[in-house]
Amino acid sequence: MNKKVLMQGNKVIAEAAIRAGCRFYAGYPITPQNEIPEYMAENLRKIEGGTFIQSESEIAAIHMVIGASAAGARAMTSSSSPGISLKQEGISSMAACELPGVIVNMMRGGPGLGNIRPSQGDYFQATRGGGHGDYRTIVLAPATAQELADLTMEAFDLADKYRGPVIMLADGMMGQMMEPVVFRTPRPRNYHDDFIMKGAEEGKSKIIRGLILDPLDMEEHNWKLDRKYKLISQTETRHELYKADDADIIIVAYGTAARIAKGAIKRLQDSGLKVGLFRPITLWPFPERELRELAERVEDFLVFEMSTGQMLEDVRLALQGYAKISFHGRPGGIVPTPAELANVIVRHCDERCKDI
Amino acid sequence: MKKVFEKPKSLKGNIFHYCPGCGHSIAHRLVGEVIDELEIRGKVIGVPPAGCAVLAYNYFDIDMIEAQHGRGPATATGIKRVLPDRVVFSYQGDGDLAAIGIAETFHAANRGENITIIFINNAVYGMTGGQMAPTTTLGQKTTTSPPGRDTVLDGYPVKVCELLSGLGGTTYIERCTVNSPANVMKTKKAIKKAFQYQIEGRGFSLVEILSPCPTNWKMTPIESCHWIDESMSKVFPLGVFKDEVSAEVKP
Repeated sequence: MNKKVLMQGNKVIAEAAIRAGCRFYAGYPITPQNEIPEYMAENLRKIEGGTFIQSESEIAAIHMVIGASAAGARAMTSSSSPGISLKQEGISSMAACELPGVIVNMMRGGPGLGNIRPSQGDYFQATRGGGHGDYRTIVLAPATAQELADLTMEAFDLADKYRGPVIMLADGMMGQMMEPVVFRTPRPRNYHDDFIMKGAEEGKSKIIRGLILDPLDMEEHNWKLDRKYKLISQTETRHELYKADDADIIIVAYGTAARIAKGAIKRLQDSGLKVGLFRPITLWPFPERELRELAERVEDFLVFEMSTGQMLEDVRLALQGYAKISFHGRPGGIVPTPAELANVIVRHCDERCKDI
Repeated sequence: MKKVFEKPKSLKGNIFHYCPGCGHSIAHRLVGEVIDELEIRGKVIGVPPAGCAVLAYNYFDIDMIEAQHGRGPATATGIKRVLPDRVVFSYQGDGDLAAIGIAETFHAANRGENITIIFINNAVYGMTGGQMAPTTTLGQKTTTSPPGRDTVLDGYPVKVCELLSGLGGTTYIERCTVNSPANVMKTKKAIKKAFQYQIEGRGFSLVEILSPCPTNWKMTPIESCHWIDESMSKVFPLGVFKDEVSAEVKP
């Protein structure tokens, strides 16, 4: 049995990565995720074959990850919102070249330099590819320190399985808070030697490239990637339901917002309102079938995000007009309290009664 | 019959797409010859750039991973740190290395990454049609400096060897050219030395090659070779800028 430890979120990610076999980390300081590079500097370099580099920029970091990934290492970088914008060139390149790697985004308020408070404004960037070109990235949204550990390990497995970049999308609050964690034993790595570039030795030389000048070949490559994304959409969605069984109204929220939603739901349990939670754990692929199934018996959905409404669009796409969708959001680095959200839910239900 | 000349084994034999009189084909061949002579074809990994040499992987019969524009030294850093016993080089043009990728180049050099950079300086952006490069010389006409490069509007040519040789992390920095048979031989020696230093674990090496671009210079190949002697090498003097023979050998 693995031991339970009390640990800060950012450090949980770093420790889980090392345990999962991450042997290359490059990153650049940015708040609120600095404990990740600091933990890597302290611990990854002590491990045989482990490399930590404080890179000159976010851009350099992601391209170092590309090199390390091509050379066969489990590789990771981490940053926060403005830094993730800079990494998009490399993330697009990893998707094109089918190179695995994990990119952690501990979101802060934006746009621009914004602030360093927890926020969820990077949902569109994370779930729509983020960089240029026709591609997707798997996006995992943990809501507890335990999930930071489990999903970090899972991120490496998914990156290898589908040979591409996987985004861990959390925020400054998840990174700073401390919670008990049990690190599970990671699965052994399953990644074929053929995909690793290590010199041609006596054999045929390899090429890894994203440049495909012939449009027919490029189209073929795009469709090949698309088949992979379709497969991921069909098989890799994850979500959590909380008190949803007999709910009249479902809150849809992820990450920190989902924690707040659980708090609000607990506050309302004696109010007579039947409120449940649908929490997407994969933001891409979005668990749309599962949400749609819920709409067969629930008519009222309230999307709650720490943004002006981004996941809201995926909820609309999933429900396709079959249910009523409302929204409550607090952008800019505001972390609303469960009491605030509980009031919003009560007011929402009052208005609904008026409608009837 | 005795064979006295042949194609390097580490080149595939595809016909170069480079323009007549371009220096890239010579540089490719020299790198290929050096890889053969050092017998490292099986353990070398090359990182071609965005630019005219973007298709280098069609010509080299070695493992190659294409970098995004300017990011070659970062990608090479990632490879080399994971596989320290392989020979890793990036091959970059002047826009790639000295403009969009100057940060990656400067800091890979400053960290003393044990990699080699082959730097082709032809004073223009070749692939995109002859725009002004960071190494375009003063007064040189390009499509984006039509009256000639002007210090007030466009700044000064970037001298990469001079810049990098001042960094503690660099071991071997030399500027050569391929405009005459004698200079071609000198360039080959420099490339070989750079690779040898890397194999010995001495740290960062860079060979800059002043390279003719007749198409974008709007000259004949022969005029281009003369222009390197008469004009370009006055701005970018040839020679060894740094050679730390005693550089600490890294395990």
